[in-house]
Amino acid sequence: MTDKVKVATVSLAGCFGCHMSLLDIDERIVQLAGRVEFIRSPLTDIKRCTDCDIGLIEGGVCNSENVHTLREFRKHCRILVAVGACAINGGLPNYRNYVPLEECLGESYLDGIGVENPHIPNDPELPLLLDKVYPVHEVVKIDYFLPGCPPAADVFWKFLTDSLEGRDPSLPYELIHYD
Amino acid sequence: MTKTITIDGKTIPFEEGQTIMEAAAAAGVYIPHLCHHPEYAPHGSCKLCSVTVNGRSCTACTFPALEGQEILNDTKELNDSRRRITQMLFVEGNHLCPGCEKSGNCQLQAVGYYLNMLDNHFLHFFQPRELDASHPDVLVDRNRCIFCTLCVRASHRDGKDVFAISGRGINKRLIFNSESGLLKDTDLDVNDQAAHICPTGAILIKRTGFTVPIGERLFDDKTIAETSLDYERGDHDG
Repeated sequence: MTDKVKVATVSLAGCFGCHMSLLDIDERIVQLAGRVEFIRSPLTDIKRCTDCDIGLIEGGVCNSENVHTLREFRKHCRILVAVGACAINGGLPNYRNYVPLEECLGESYLDGIGVENPHIPNDPELPLLLDKVYPVHEVVKIDYFLPGCPPAADVFWKFLTDSLEGRDPSLPYELIHYD
Repeated sequence: MTKTITIDGKTIPFEEGQTIMEAAAAAGVYIPHLCHHPEYAPHGSCKLCSVTVNGRSCTACTFPALEGQEILNDTKELNDSRRRITQMLFVEGNHLCPGCEKSGNCQLQAVGYYLNMLDNHFLHFFQPRELDASHPDVLVDRNRCIFCTLCVRASHRDGKDVFAISGRGINKRLIFNSESGLLKDTDLDVNDQAAHICPTGAILIKRTGFTVPIGERLFDDKTIAETSLDYERGDHDG
């Protein structure tokens, strides 16, 4: 048993840039590790989410697996945080929202330049694509948002230290960026 | 005797004929706005500058300053409403800041920063909107248009009337004054005021993006309150 604050992180339809930015807190991660236990996270490679205090979600919702993962996180996380532009408004993957899904798949797997053996992948293990890429708040309730592409390391640090100290998290003007 | 109003309890002098916005700006009081520009006739469409005047809601850019008005501007309630309005603008259009070269110089974004807007709150429309890249020097991306009509007003002053808003509600759109409907067939010149007035990245000058890197742009260093008041006081280069 541990009395450390449990933190889980996950990447949905994102580029892992937000996770990289979290790691950019550099040596402060040692300080953090003294107070925080990272459970399900790409940093730990644990696949299942168990009950935790803070869940950080990177990326938007583009397929059925993302929906499942996000709902599982919502169930297990006391505070769920949307991290970065993709989680908040779909981000760059959102650019496919203006093209019908059939055309997207056609361009990628049937008609695109250099495509060999053209066919739409349909292995049952592959998650089904949604019609659009959705921000996470359109699927589950979100408690806090960290904007940015990615949010700066100091944004993670400010949010986590505020939370650990029992303060309402707040970002000063210079840390709020949408790009 | 000088006539005065009060804004958030502060006494502010005004001259006959000034709007509340003009009197406030002259006194160094920032009222958030997007469709207002000090050089053009007020339009009153974005509603961000809504203030409470003697208990009633009014848009500061269109409402005249009158002796004895007691005005509320920088209150939690008004800023909460302004944040909701800004969020509505974000979800109605397609504002993807990481992919926009106006990022850092964008007034819509800067107002979001000023209002501590961290998310878009509402369901996104994801409405496809057409882009017109036909003009040799100017690009119009309707995804980022917030219908402030500043380009319409500026183009009217340019004597060209290149831009107009057509349709209503969700079907409204920015249109161009040419037989083909394309920007390239209008009279728009890259030096026209209308090509430079857009507060968002809807009207961009080609081949100028990223000349100033992100991080060194207008609103990276200064809040929109500071830049706006600087502008109204004439401390600007263009």
